[in-house]
Amino acid sequence: MRRLLLAIFTCALVVQDARGAELRLAVAANFNAPMRELAAAFEQDTGHVLKIAPGASGKLYAQIRQGAPYDLFFSADQNKPAALVRDGLALGDSRYTYASGRLVLWTRRPDYHADEIRRALSQSEGRIAVANARIAPYGAAAEQVLGALGLADQLRPRLVYGESVSQAYQFAASGNARFGLVAASVVMRDGAFVTGSGILVPQTLHGPVLQDAVVLTRSQFPQAAMAFLAYLHTNPAQQIISRYGYMMPTPPVMSRDTVL
Amino acid sequence: MIPFSDADLGAIWLTIRLATTVTLLLMLLGTPLAWWLARTHSAWRGPVNALVALPLVLPPTVIGFYFLLALGPDGPIGALTNTLGLGYLAFTFWGLVVASTVYSLPFVVQPIQNAFEAIGDRPFEVAATLGAGSLDRFISVALPLARPGFVSAAVLGFAHTVGEFGVVLMIGGNIPDETRVVSVQIYDHVEALDYVGAHWLSGTMVVFSFVVLCLLYVTQRRSRSSGLNFGR
Repeated sequence: MRRLLLAIFTCALVVQDARGAELRLAVAANFNAPMRELAAAFEQDTGHVLKIAPGASGKLYAQIRQGAPYDLFFSADQNKPAALVRDGLALGDSRYTYASGRLVLWTRRPDYHADEIRRALSQSEGRIAVANARIAPYGAAAEQVLGALGLADQLRPRLVYGESVSQAYQFAASGNARFGLVAASVVMRDGAFVTGSGILVPQTLHGPVLQDAVVLTRSQFPQAAMAFLAYLHTNPAQQIISRYGYMMPTPPVMSRDTVL
Repeated sequence: MIPFSDADLGAIWLTIRLATTVTLLLMLLGTPLAWWLARTHSAWRGPVNALVALPLVLPPTVIGFYFLLALGPDGPIGALTNTLGLGYLAFTFWGLVVASTVYSLPFVVQPIQNAFEAIGDRPFEVAATLGAGSLDRFISVALPLARPGFVSAAVLGFAHTVGEFGVVLMIGGNIPDETRVVSVQIYDHVEALDYVGAHWLSGTMVVFSFVVLCLLYVTQRRSRSSGLNFGR
């Protein structure tokens, strides 16, 4: 009887996986907006249902370690997915670098010109919001930028720290901080600023913010999860991702150390 | 051996400074407010009581969000502080003081108010027949009789400010020795996967809070106060 039930259960799972799986996605906050579009398109194509849980990567990572029922994890960095793979919590062959993030120096004033911003940054008063480098990859990239410009010590007393790029943006958008060093995905669409103004930080000033995704070992729908990752390789998906100001990690698209 | 880093110790010291400042301010502001609420027959009593109790039921995110907007250049508090030449209060110690004062208000006002109400009218009538003026009645009758309520208020106001997180996270900006309090430091430890650091600070918070509440309940039982009855 138990065996029969198990067989029925397994069949049901397989059938469900083929037709309409329900996938739960733990998604780094900076990728929330494009993920909504990607998920909607994928749902329409396949009939699968995608549920998005956005949050700081560190928090999501801790939840996954404690057995949170996610199928896929879209981190804001490469270390956390790698650690999950190392500990058997994620499928090693699923690891995929889905985006490479850019930083923007942003202000809510709509009429700043690039050299004005540079002058204002080095001379004037006003807070500058960045993400906390200790917990957010975009914060680490922001520190690199200030270091590369030789402004780190000069600007330190003016920095305020958000728990994520989203919060750094909040600080700048509410006017409490004059500038914010935030992810392009938060303020840009199709190469233009949605609100305010700013400058795209040259990529020579910070290392690329490479973001990896993995399928989690405990997923009941690994095939559907892999299908979603495969969908991200397609042209329509890549167009959506780049519209939000992400660079596409140039081939090889799989992470460098997956071959190891 | 001290298990705390310099950043941890800075956060602990900052938290103590913040909680002390807020508690002192709240005792000063809360006492007349509690007195008025306990004695008045005004129609404003109900609405003001509700206003004082709001932080008990509102999520800290609501209070933090509105403070973030209110303290900024577009907000009423921001406009006021800027006109006074104080600049903007977000991301400053005094910004946290203002927000925490609102956030911990019911924890100070309600115990004092309950203690005042428990005295009843009779002691004041007696004092009045003995020739005591209204200020004299307040100082030599109300304050001594309501003492347990004041102790509860101070302890709860302090402890609640120490335990504050959401509001500080949203308006603090996580600046070392300025706005990075213990609860935010714990959050950072957890986010950075430094669970050992998180354990030390969190364990300290649990022990501290338990000891404080224990002392409060033990001493209150002895003096049989009604100071801890919320929502009556």
